[in-house]
Amino acid sequence: MPFQLDGLGGHSWNGTSRALWARLGGLDPRYPVSFLITLILVLGQARYGILGGYDRLATALGVCVATELALSRWLRGRFANVQSAYITGISLALLIKPRADLLWPFALGAFLAIASKYVLQYRGRHLWNPSNFAISLLVLLAPASVAILSHQWGNDLATNAVIWCFGLLIASRVRMLHVTLTYVASFVALALVRSSIVGGPLLAEIAPLTGPMYQLFIFFMITDPKTTVSTVRGRMIVAAAVAVAEAAIRLAGDFHVPALTALYPAPPILALAIVGPVANVIDLVLTPRPPLPLGEGERRSH
Amino acid sequence: MVHAVTSPFQRRVVVGAAFLAAIALVIILNRRADRAGVDLAAPRFHFTDVAAQAGITFVHHGPTLDRQLDNIAPLIGSLGASVSVADVNNDGWPDLYFTNSRFGYPNALYLNRGDGTFVDTARAAGLADVNRPGAGVSMGAVWGDFDNDGLEDVLIYKWGYPQLFKNMGNLHFRDVTEAAGLRHWMNANGAVWVDYDRDGLLDLYVAGYYRSDIDFWHLKTTRIMENSFEFATNGGKNRLFHNLGGGRFEDVTDRMGVGSTRWTLAVAAGDFNGDGWPDLFLANDYGPEELYLNDHGRRFVLSRVGLEGDSKSGMSATLGDVLNRGRLDAFVTNISVRGYLFQGNNLRLNFLPELGRFEQGAEGVVTDAGWAWGAQLGDLDNDGRNELFIVNGYVSADRERSYWYAMSKIAGANGNVFEDARSWPAIGKASLSGYERSRVLVNHGLQGWTDVAALVGVTDEYDGRAVALVDLFNHGVLDVVIANQNEPVLVYRNTVAPGNHWIAFKLVGTRSNRSAIGAEVTLESGTGRQLKVVDGGMGFASQNDRRLHFGLGTAGRVDRAVIRWPSGTVQTIEHPAVDRLHVITEPGR
Repeated sequence: MPFQLDGLGGHSWNGTSRALWARLGGLDPRYPVSFLITLILVLGQARYGILGGYDRLATALGVCVATELALSRWLRGRFANVQSAYITGISLALLIKPRADLLWPFALGAFLAIASKYVLQYRGRHLWNPSNFAISLLVLLAPASVAILSHQWGNDLATNAVIWCFGLLIASRVRMLHVTLTYVASFVALALVRSSIVGGPLLAEIAPLTGPMYQLFIFFMITDPKTTVSTVRGRMIVAAAVAVAEAAIRLAGDFHVPALTALYPAPPILALAIVGPVANVIDLVLTPRPPLPLGEGERRSH
Repeated sequence: MVHAVTSPFQRRVVVGAAFLAAIALVIILNRRADRAGVDLAAPRFHFTDVAAQAGITFVHHGPTLDRQLDNIAPLIGSLGASVSVADVNNDGWPDLYFTNSRFGYPNALYLNRGDGTFVDTARAAGLADVNRPGAGVSMGAVWGDFDNDGLEDVLIYKWGYPQLFKNMGNLHFRDVTEAAGLRHWMNANGAVWVDYDRDGLLDLYVAGYYRSDIDFWHLKTTRIMENSFEFATNGGKNRLFHNLGGGRFEDVTDRMGVGSTRWTLAVAAGDFNGDGWPDLFLANDYGPEELYLNDHGRRFVLSRVGLEGDSKSGMSATLGDVLNRGRLDAFVTNISVRGYLFQGNNLRLNFLPELGRFEQGAEGVVTDAGWAWGAQLGDLDNDGRNELFIVNGYVSADRERSYWYAMSKIAGANGNVFEDARSWPAIGKASLSGYERSRVLVNHGLQGWTDVAALVGVTDEYDGRAVALVDLFNHGVLDVVIANQNEPVLVYRNTVAPGNHWIAFKLVGTRSNRSAIGAEVTLESGTGRQLKVVDGGMGFASQNDRRLHFGLGTAGRVDRAVIRWPSGTVQTIEHPAVDRLHVITEPGR
């Protein structure tokens, strides 16, 4: 199935590029994921100024890395690889959109994200994706200060397409494509259901998938290897469950259920924050895994 | 301390405690953000709504639109309430003009009787019945003496054909749009009079919001919305009309390079770089602000001055000297709503002469004023510093239902989706940033701003659109007039505690345009250097009194007032008397 991939210099996809790409399969998944999130950062900042200030990036990234180094050294006796912290820091810088003059959400969000890996553990493993935990907490506890990325991405098809292409390729290489595709398929199916219940335009229900928050969500959060369950089937069930929880939040939003108002600004992220740890606990109970070697507790988790 | 914590368990406890402390800190800092800037000290001024006593009973009615837009009609049709100030009969008492935006509903011209009461004379003047099928509906009005005959004329900008009315005297106006060459269908939400080439004749810049090929009552397509929430360029084209004299205007938009198709909601004109030529500052919805620097009246240059990378939802642009530096700064309102969006208002401090750019000066309470619309800078307590009055709120309907969640579904989506109005979820009876309270921010100079709205009697929750500052009762303080969408107007009479002094100037151009629009007065006194510019339209859908009002604090002395007329003439008045209005006529050569 040879085809041309312009981004690789026009090489035939059955030659050197394929060999190079195949070798990527043996890489620590954090490398391609780091590449992808860096791509999103550079593209988003260059085209749309998505950060809203480099001080935000410096704060989130700096605190994430510093916290990771400090806690790993103090609690585990050696410095951890900071790639996970790098991914978390960039995720937070991109996703948190606080009031213009506030930097503390980035500092505290970064600290809480990394610290959650060391504090909120069950059987030696942490339960939340770090950035998912921090963002959920900020959205719920600091609504007067913090909002989440929504439209600060130009609403541009070409940019979305680039991210989706790279995202799908990388999800495939890190063997998490089934999670992404299951979630997307579930979301679309449930959008049909929601549209029929609410009676609104179907496009409006599917539209969130094309937004930047979802790109970060489906390529960085829900696919985080450390905070997903142990089997392919299990991961697909969890992805579908997250979509179902999200659909429930969205329907509550459509029907203006006052008790759930705090959940409406970020349905997928909060759905994952609810479903993810429950699934992980169940998974750990049903299929006990040996604790990771010292210093590996944070490995692969972003 | 750290050395004492040696066991893994103890270390985990310490980290756990730090973790919990960080969560507690999030809660504390969030509460502080919620309350930040609210002043508990008694301000030296107080407002009382006197609209009813004054006989001002005007209620705005928003437009009805093509049924194809029913799903989001309350959103699209939530514009049109405006207020502009002019002394239409030259009796020394400022009068008020309000626009309506529904077919068959009249605009109102409230004539100031000078005794604290007003009477609507719009119908007799010929300025009431302008909202008609085929002609469009009013979105705002700006006053200026375009023919230099000593009588204030008015341009009503509309979703439809704009209308220019010549003041014939004796409170009678004649529609001269056709003869003036201004009969071009536009969906405009802002306009400003500005003598961009300094030839002594007022020119006109009209800001298109929706595209001009859209007739809201006979839609050919529902693809009329923005194609990006932050970088849209598919709005209406702005147009610059050069005043040729003899009552005729020429469209010079393309020649002058000012045909922005961003979704401009507000325009203000002022000389930002101190070269003597008026520049154009645009507040654009769904995009960054724009500054068009005037190149000696020959053309305008869209300039990179620190605005271009900060894309938001500009609603209003008002100019004023925020820190008494003798500079025109700009305040631009934006949208903030808990949990969903914090775009933050912009306070653009003018450092163009030194640094070639604006610096962001908004922080604390200035940044978040809800879904903010009109705003004005003016010295409300006569202490020598400009306060900020901000009105806000978009759609106030059912208090228990918010459209924010529904809108968030499409906000991040691809632009092709929400460019079509049919793709938007139906708003129904829901509110969208409704029932917000206005902000009155007291200026403490470099110490920042505090919100005193509740303390000074500003507690309404109307959907404010336009706000104008004017000494309505000639009592030496600035009063505030607010036009609310689909709701009654508010006339806040200001009472300032005795002790502070003031001075005001009414300028009459001779070589410059007669209205003296664009003239600057720099006042040097104990409170520093204060700069104000005569307003040809500023804020959102509003125009302030063209008399320039300065507070002086307790220092009852002015060293000098320097007037820079649009013609280039500089006039200095040494030690003008305080606590009075000075009528200054531009000197000859």
